[in-house]
Amino acid sequence: MAGGLKEVRERIGSVQNTMQITSAMKMVSAAKLRRAQDAITRIRPYAQKIQAILTNVSSSLDSSEGVFSQERKVQTALVVVITSNRGLCGAFNNNSIKLANSAILEHKSNGANVVVLPLGKKAFEVLARNGHTFAEGFGDASLSIFDNLNFETASEIAQQIMDGFISKKWDSVQITYSQFRNAGVQTPTTECFLPILDSNTESKDTAISSNDYIFEPNLTEIIENILPSALKTQLYKALLDSNAAEHGARMTAMHSATENAGDLLQELKISYNKARQASITTEILEIVAGSEALGG
Amino acid sequence: MTVNILTPDKQLYEGEATYVGLPGTDGSLGILSNHAPLVTTLRNGEITVKTGSEEMTFEVNGGTVEVLNNHVTILAQ
Repeated sequence: MAGGLKEVRERIGSVQNTMQITSAMKMVSAAKLRRAQDAITRIRPYAQKIQAILTNVSSSLDSSEGVFSQERKVQTALVVVITSNRGLCGAFNNNSIKLANSAILEHKSNGANVVVLPLGKKAFEVLARNGHTFAEGFGDASLSIFDNLNFETASEIAQQIMDGFISKKWDSVQITYSQFRNAGVQTPTTECFLPILDSNTESKDTAISSNDYIFEPNLTEIIENILPSALKTQLYKALLDSNAAEHGARMTAMHSATENAGDLLQELKISYNKARQASITTEILEIVAGSEALGG
Repeated sequence: MTVNILTPDKQLYEGEATYVGLPGTDGSLGILSNHAPLVTTLRNGEITVKTGSEEMTFEVNGGTVEVLNNHVTILAQ
């Protein structure tokens, strides 16, 4: 029984260690989550404003026929998959990848070629294992993007995606990522990136079309200038969302891991105490039996 | 008029102003109160904001400006 006692004591020690790690990881994620949320709050006014200007401007435009709104027959589709660099965040990465896989399958069943651009180590590893074709020309962006996430790196990637669309390397671009709702809820979503579809047809007339804007130098050039920055903002926002969602998911995962470790610890402590009592009882019995044998 | 200068990472300035000087793609332009609705693009350069007594400058790498109902929104990069 003494051997059992020692084993239980060792397990208690290791569970305690694990619990310390998971609760530390939870704290770290909570701090990182706050920073990631701040970043989202900072970009929100910019994103809203650019969207507003775009709506205002395109309401003055009869048909927004531009390079980015060209709908072509999809021969090659680009699927951008955004995940995290690290694991231990529950089903977070799996959900995005699963969604991406269904998008890929849909394109393939329509007879289109599919190239993927993973952003984040986890997507890179899983998609490489599944034998998907990666989009060329992005360097090591898939691995390094989250090391130093800022608008410039995001807009470089967005620019390359746009260039590829214009040079007909791909005819449609979709982004799959996890949208950040709150610390506990992440929604995996697929967003259409290119071509830009006219989603606000009905809001066009209600928009402030009565404003006779002066356009300098001219409307087409302005649209050509705004659209790329709107797209860059969209990609950057998706990256920030995914980043915040990752930390939220990890926080939740580590929280439940810490709780589970606590439950396990309690069970182990009970069985440890039982074993200890049993060993004491046996010892007393032995002593009593021994003294009786001597005195008897 | 109110002026709002935004970049993707932060808000550079928000507040009242009497004059805004902009580096437009087709040459510099100045905006005073009650300017007509305008949308224009910027090249690299400096934005000047005058608020009566003070004068501030902001460095930009291009961007977009919308002037509407005495609101100047500058989306800088």
